[in-house]
Amino acid sequence: MYARFTSALAVACLIGGATHAADTKVTDPQIAHIAYTAGVIDIEAAKQALKISKDKEVIGFANDMLRDHEAVNKQALDLVKKLKVTPEDNDTSRALTKAATQEREKLAKLSGADFDKAYVANEVAYHKQVNGALETLLIPSAKNAELKDLLETGLKLFQGHQQHAEHVAGMMK
Amino acid sequence: MMRKRSLGAISGLALMLAAPSAWAETIRVTIEKLVFSPAEISAAVGDVIEWDNKDVMAHTATAKGDFDVVIPPKKMATLTVTKAGTFDYTCRFHPNMKARLQVR
Repeated sequence: MYARFTSALAVACLIGGATHAADTKVTDPQIAHIAYTAGVIDIEAAKQALKISKDKEVIGFANDMLRDHEAVNKQALDLVKKLKVTPEDNDTSRALTKAATQEREKLAKLSGADFDKAYVANEVAYHKQVNGALETLLIPSAKNAELKDLLETGLKLFQGHQQHAEHVAGMMK
Repeated sequence: MMRKRSLGAISGLALMLAAPSAWAETIRVTIEKLVFSPAEISAAVGDVIEWDNKDVMAHTATAKGDFDVVIPPKKMATLTVTKAGTFDYTCRFHPNMKARLQVR
């Protein structure tokens, strides 16, 4: 029981990237990779929703996510090019991608209102999780001022998306 | 003579009615990094609010039931103020973006 709890906690920490922020060394190339990956994951989730959902609100929300994350990821790519930083794959990026792949597989089995509810609930949880990682790990660890600045804007964007997702979730109840 | 004078009076009246728009101000609100700046503005009926979106993503200036202006990325959008009151508005896409328009 205890072992199960601690391993669940370890996974939560790894994905959230939050609890052990102080003693986790994460470099700018890794941060750039994590931030970009976080955007790609939400783009993939949106594309899945656009394929499956028939709900006007959900489709509208998914389109907003697609548009915003594509715009911000393009901005991120322009920045890393300018800074001559090569994004570097890392454990946090891999854990995020793995969890997202599992989530998409789970959602793929659903349809109609079941899918809509699960997608929006996951969007709330996912943005919350990324916000936690940005606040406690990525922003404090970023060395380059322009990268830090982009992450701070990213945090405001993700917070906005979280509220937007919560609003959509509230309308479905 | 009488007719001419009354015509003059009418055109004078028309000029007075048109006058407020000649004095109408354009008030600019900049949107940068998901922040409306200034967050609070004051305007008069007839004034034009101009939102200048510096971000790479689209925003809106939305006061439910009153106005809903979409401001595309790196573009400007305007609204002519038509009614007095206090309007708290947000961005529909990013509800954490909040601002206020006071119209006198």
